[in-house]
Amino acid sequence: MSGGYILQQLVNGLILGSMYALIAIGFTMIYGIIRLINFAHGDVVMIGSFMTLAFLQALGWPFYLVALAVMVGGALVGVAIERSVFRPMRGAPQVTGFIASLALSIMIQNMGILLLTAQPRNFSFPDIFQQVITLGAVSFRMVDLVIMLTAWILMIGLILLVKMTRLGVGMRATAENLEVARLMGININRTIMATFAIGGSLAATAGLMYGGKFGQIDPLLGFVPGLKSFVAAVVGGVGSIAGAICGGYIIGMAEVLFVGFLPPIYSAYRDAFVFGLLILILLFMPNGLFGKKSEDRA
Amino acid sequence: MLKIEDLHVYRGRTYVLKGISMEIAQGEVVALIGANGAGKTTTLKTISGLLPMKQGSISYKPDRTVQSSSLAGTGVEDIVRLGICHCPEGRGIFAGLSTAENLMAGAYLRRDKAAIQEDYQRVCKLFPILGERRKQVAGSLSGGEQAMLAIARALMGRPKLLLLDEPSLGLAPLVVATIFEMLAEINQQGITILLVEQNAVMALELAHRAYVLETGTVALSGPSREIASDDRVRKAYLGGRT
Amino acid sequence: MYTLSQRLVFIGLALAGGLLILLMRQFLNDYILSIAGFVGIYVILAVSLNITNGFTGLFSLGHPAFMAIGGYTCAILTFPVQRKGYFLSGLPDWLAGTELSFFPALLIGGLFAALGSLLIGLPVLRLRGHYLAVATLGVIIIVQVLITNMGGITRGPLGLNGLPTLTNLWWVYLWVLITLYLGWKLKFSSFGRSMLAIREDEMAADCLGINLLRTRVQALMVGAFLAGVAGGLWAHLVTAITPKSFSLILAFTIVVMVVVGGSGSITGSLLAAVIFSMLTEAFRPLEESLNVYGIGEIVLSLILILILIYRPIGLFGTSEPGWLSPGKRKSLSGTAGD
Repeated sequence: MSGGYILQQLVNGLILGSMYALIAIGFTMIYGIIRLINFAHGDVVMIGSFMTLAFLQALGWPFYLVALAVMVGGALVGVAIERSVFRPMRGAPQVTGFIASLALSIMIQNMGILLLTAQPRNFSFPDIFQQVITLGAVSFRMVDLVIMLTAWILMIGLILLVKMTRLGVGMRATAENLEVARLMGININRTIMATFAIGGSLAATAGLMYGGKFGQIDPLLGFVPGLKSFVAAVVGGVGSIAGAICGGYIIGMAEVLFVGFLPPIYSAYRDAFVFGLLILILLFMPNGLFGKKSEDRA
Repeated sequence: MLKIEDLHVYRGRTYVLKGISMEIAQGEVVALIGANGAGKTTTLKTISGLLPMKQGSISYKPDRTVQSSSLAGTGVEDIVRLGICHCPEGRGIFAGLSTAENLMAGAYLRRDKAAIQEDYQRVCKLFPILGERRKQVAGSLSGGEQAMLAIARALMGRPKLLLLDEPSLGLAPLVVATIFEMLAEINQQGITILLVEQNAVMALELAHRAYVLETGTVALSGPSREIASDDRVRKAYLGGRT
Repeated sequence: MYTLSQRLVFIGLALAGGLLILLMRQFLNDYILSIAGFVGIYVILAVSLNITNGFTGLFSLGHPAFMAIGGYTCAILTFPVQRKGYFLSGLPDWLAGTELSFFPALLIGGLFAALGSLLIGLPVLRLRGHYLAVATLGVIIIVQVLITNMGGITRGPLGLNGLPTLTNLWWVYLWVLITLYLGWKLKFSSFGRSMLAIREDEMAADCLGINLLRTRVQALMVGAFLAGVAGGLWAHLVTAITPKSFSLILAFTIVVMVVVGGSGSITGSLLAAVIFSMLTEAFRPLEESLNVYGIGEIVLSLILILILIYRPIGLFGTSEPGWLSPGKRKSLSGTAGD
């Protein structure tokens, strides 16, 4: 095993981790503000990738316009989900929300199958993205570079938004205490909607990246990355954005190392490993790396 | 300034306020005292719009030039906009936000940046410790500092009427005394205060007038001095012997 | 306590069910009978999940995992000895030489599932609310992966097929009755009240000296035992079993039944299970003929979301119809639904 191989695997982990981090941010923000594990979040990733396919291949829009439209589209999907399912349930026990999100996830996936069939579709990004870049022992495609850079820009933008802006203060105040936030005159409906919009937008962008990286999409593709990103959010400490980002990269790295360095026979156990890890973290490290004191995890 | 007439409020299925009426004039400090479960917090939450009223009316007239308006059915946000700021029970500071961010959250609805800065400076002068701790996460402040932060945060909304729910809760007597001095000063600057307190002695000392709530009805009302010398009140709330 | 006339009502209902089955077997074809079998199995699943979820308020999604454990155990035990050597090379000799009849195999399957739930429950039941739900969802996936990768015993992803058709309506009905009886007994016993106490106010229950973890684990084990038996019945009705048989979707379907019927209400789960499993079976030919796969799941999810929004306690809350509840405790179980 050469140093170059290890370096290459680390770069692969960074690319994968960037996508997981983007999805995990949505999980963690939504959990932070209304204590909801939104299982349907992964399916927004799927919707994002199909939007990309439609805009890019069916409508033939230029790439920058596609990216913009997917981000806006993802935000709209997030808002629609909040308005139609989770707002009417606000104040119900947490598990109610979780079960509803599970139902929503199953509904979206099956709508996908119904409308688009379960057949995987090929997905091709413009040629420029397929160019291979070689740096010493490490090589990656242009699309990988774009994924990483875009993810970083979005993450920095988000952190600035949450730290610096009025909306950000409102979102953090709402996450801390819904009722007191209302007493400050913060419109919590709007704040919660904004949170879903941001989460949806980032997840849809991750969907665009997923299509670009793996070249094939189907209506069930959201489940596995959604799940891993949820684990990432838990690892980082649910509710913490910085935690979600770190968690995303940890899971990305762990996955790459798992596949890259363990004998292939173990990779059959990959999903069991992800869930086993999740259960262990919930039991023994319920606050994750950056989370606040847990109220209800263990 | 604020006129409550025959107010009935339910919390869930519990009938909490059974027709209370009270009035608060501009510039006054009015105390609302009573045992646990009498409906004091419910009254405040109904005024600020967190709880819906079943029956009755609340009308609000911020100053002489404006016509009085009904608060029934007005959203929390709009009530804050009208100049009623509610400093909630248990203080409800945002523990994860810094002291300065907490204060900015108090001015959430205001867009006048220069005036907000001015008020920020003023509040920091009133509570110097908050200025010192402005970058510190609010959760790490001491209980007394958190109580001051909660009041200061409410002031950042430029209230005309300040609703205070048990500002002395859980604080050492010395700190309570400081806080009540601050309240007197705030009142002198022209802010009307409706104060809910368990600590009836302090409250009656500060307030001009008081209402005594008993299981959802007004049992007694009048100038603080009279209330404080009432036998029943002395027995029940002031620990005095007859 | 139950009055004599109430006991007679129960016996009468059981006999009426038996008569119904007698008539069905006389006049209906095999296809309809197998659907009836599925309906019965769903009743067992929903009522047993209700013992775990509804009575104690633990939100476990792990039922399919326990079904898989019970189903595979039962299938391996009844698998004909002649074919075992060829298909299941990984079995130890004593097991390869064993072939049990149906009832003991079902029982052992159920016990294995209960044992599995004990091992899983002891750590996982320390979690609460939606974290427990997520963890048990993980248990489904972990069990699936383990079964898929233990090829020598389970034939891996291929699963076991050509199982003997041992399940008939009478077997299903027997276990439906056992499940209902157990559920009823538990609900109106002191153990049942402990479970309900945990659900309503954990801290108060703890203060009353109810052993939280033990009561929870016991509730999970009872549910898991019945789920394991249902897995065995399922396997020998379909005559095949694969790791994919017991999926997240199945967990979801059972949860829908429990939530719609009312968490804590046996009657509610029973009725919801009958209605939904018949609906699902009705959708299947429609999906196949119109080539619109997924409609059933969409309708199911939609119903669940609407129920969660507009009537979160479900159709029956926690209560049973008055004429079936033991006299003294009627009011107690009635108010708990509010």
